[in-house]
Amino acid sequence: MFHQVLFIIFGLICVTGAVNLLMQRHPINSALSLVVVMASLALIYLLLGAEFVAAIQVIVYAGAIMVLFVFVIMLLNAGAEEHSPGSKIAFLVGVPGVIALGCLVGWIMISNSKQLGGVSISPTDFGGPHNIARLLFRDFLLPFEVTSVLILIAIMGAVVLGRRSN
Amino acid sequence: MVPLSWYLILSAILFCLGVFGFLLKRNIITIFMSIELMLNAVNLTFVAFANYWNERGLKLALSGQVFVFFVMVVAAAEAAVGLAIIIAVFRTRETLNVDRVNLLKL
Amino acid sequence: MDIKTYIIVAVIKIVLVVFILLTGVAYTTLLERKLVARIQNRWGPTRVGPFGLLQPLADGIKFILKEDMVPDSVHKVLYIMAPMLALAMSLISIAVIPFGPSITVNGTTTALQITGVAHSGGGLSDINIGLLIILGATSIGVYGVALAGWSSNSKYSLLGSLRASAQMISYELALGLSLVGVLLLSGSLSLREIVNAQGQAPWWGWLPHWYIFPQFFAFFIYLMAAYAETNRIPFDLPEAETELVAGYHTEYSAMKFAMFFMAEYMNMITVACVATLLFFGGWHGPVPQSAPAIVQSLMPVFWFAVKVFFFMFLYIWIRGTLPRFRYDQLMAFGWKFLLPLAIANIIVTSFIVAWRA
Repeated sequence: MFHQVLFIIFGLICVTGAVNLLMQRHPINSALSLVVVMASLALIYLLLGAEFVAAIQVIVYAGAIMVLFVFVIMLLNAGAEEHSPGSKIAFLVGVPGVIALGCLVGWIMISNSKQLGGVSISPTDFGGPHNIARLLFRDFLLPFEVTSVLILIAIMGAVVLGRRSN
Repeated sequence: MVPLSWYLILSAILFCLGVFGFLLKRNIITIFMSIELMLNAVNLTFVAFANYWNERGLKLALSGQVFVFFVMVVAAAEAAVGLAIIIAVFRTRETLNVDRVNLLKL
Repeated sequence: MDIKTYIIVAVIKIVLVVFILLTGVAYTTLLERKLVARIQNRWGPTRVGPFGLLQPLADGIKFILKEDMVPDSVHKVLYIMAPMLALAMSLISIAVIPFGPSITVNGTTTALQITGVAHSGGGLSDINIGLLIILGATSIGVYGVALAGWSSNSKYSLLGSLRASAQMISYELALGLSLVGVLLLSGSLSLREIVNAQGQAPWWGWLPHWYIFPQFFAFFIYLMAAYAETNRIPFDLPEAETELVAGYHTEYSAMKFAMFFMAEYMNMITVACVATLLFFGGWHGPVPQSAPAIVQSLMPVFWFAVKVFFFMFLYIWIRGTLPRFRYDQLMAFGWKFLLPLAIANIIVTSFIVAWRA
C-alpha cells in the first residue's frame, strides 16, 4: 500500500517534469525539468531495489550530463525558442502514430496485468555494489572495456569538434 | 506490491513524451534532451525487469541493471559529442533553430 | 521498534543535528575571523560579548534585517531557487554521516546517525551506499552555483559562476578517485562499515589501524580536491573579492547571500567529517571504562568533534597562509597532476590488496 502510494507520487512528478520539458519555451527551463525527471527516476529505482543504479543516475546523469547541457545553454545564450513552421510530415504522421503506439502498449499492459504479477522492494542486498561488481567485472567484462574505449573516442571527438578552426 | 505493468506504462508514457519532443520542438538542444528522456524511459524498463526476474528466480537477473550502466555510458558519450557538434553549428549559423540549418536542402 | 517510536526518534535526531550544525557554521565563521586575525598579528572581533563570542549572533541579526533586494532583470524563479538548492544539498550530506556507535535513552537504542537503525539483536546498520550519496549531493550542488550566476543576468556573475562550476566538476573526479583506495581496503561503501574496519587491532601493537597510514597520498589528494570543491584558498579565484567583483554571488544580498555563505561552510564541515570518517578512524579514541553509560556513549562523539575541529583549523590555517592559484594553473593542477596521481594510487592499492589476498 505504502509502496503504491510512493510509486504514484514519484511517477506523477516524473510525468509532470516530462510534460513541462515539452511546454517550456526557453531551453534552460526544459533542462531543469529534465533534471527533475531524472531525480524522480532515481527515487523510483530505489523503490525497485536498485540502489547502486540510483546513485549512479544522480551522480552521472543528473550531476554530470545535465550539467553539460546547462553549461552549453548558458554559454550559447540563444534565448527562447522562436516559432517556425515545422515539418508537416512529422506533425501529421508522427503524432498520431506515437499516440496509437502508446495506447497499444498501454492496452496490452493493462489487459495482461494479472498474468504479469507485481514487483516489490526486495529485502536482500539485491542491487548493492557487490552484486553489480560481480556481474560487471566477470560476465560483462568485454562490454565494460569496450565502453571505456568508447568514452576515450568521445573525449577525442568532442575536443576536436569544439576547437575553433583558425 | 506494485504491478509490473504500472512501471511499464510509466516507461511508455515517458518514451512517447520523448518522441513528441523530438518531433515537435524546434530548438536543437531541446530535441537532444528529448532523446535523453527516451533513454531514461528505457532504463526504467530495464531496472523494472531486473527486479521482476530476480523475484522469479532467474539467474543473472541483475543484468538489467548492468545494461542500465552501459546505456548511461553511451548516453554520456553521445551527449558530449552531440553538444560539441551543436556548438560548432552555432558558431557558423548563429542560430539554434533546426529549420534554419537547411543548407544541404534540395 | 515500532513505527511511531521510529518517527519520533528520527525527528529528534534531525532537529538536534541541524541545530548543532547551524551553530557550528556560525561559530566557524567566528573561528575563521579570529584565527586569520591572529595569523596576521591582530585581534579579530573582540567587542561583541566576551572574546567576541556573540559576534555570529550580531551577524545573523544583521543578515535578517538587511534589505532583500531582487534586481529587475533577473530570472526570478532561478534567482530565488539557486541558494536554496546549494543549502539543501549541503544538508543532505549530513544525513548519512555517523557520529558515533549508538546511544540508549530510556530503553530505546538508536544509532548516532540520521539514516541509521539499531536492530533489536544489537547490531547497527546504515545505508549501504552512504559515500555515493555524499558524492551525489556534491554533484547536484554544482547546479546551485551555475544557476546563481546565470540567473543574475550580469557579466561578472556569469563568468564567475562558469569558472566556479568548471572548477568544481573538474575536482569532483580527483575527489571520488582518491576515495577508491580507502574503499578497496575496507571493502564497503557504507560509512559505518568503513569506520568499523578502522577499529581493528592496531599495527605492531601501537599504531591505530587508521587509513591515513596506508593511504597517505590518497589523503593529500582528497584534501586538495576538497579545498577546490569548497572554493577555499588556495583555490578560491571564483569568489575572491579582488577578482570578478564577487563572482557568482555579486547580485545577491541579505538572506540569500547568507544562504550561500552557510552552504559553503556546511560543505567545509561535511568534507571535514568525511575526512575523519575515512582517514582518521571516525569516532575511535580512548573511552574510560569507569564512566557512567551516557558518558560512554557520548565520548566517541567528542572524539569525532575533536578530529573535525582539527580539520577546520587546518582549513583556516591554510587560508591565512597561502596565496591563491591563477585559474589556468588551478585547472592544470586538477587535470594533469591530481587525476593521474589518484589513478596511480588506485593501481598500486589494488595490486597490494590482490597480492595480500
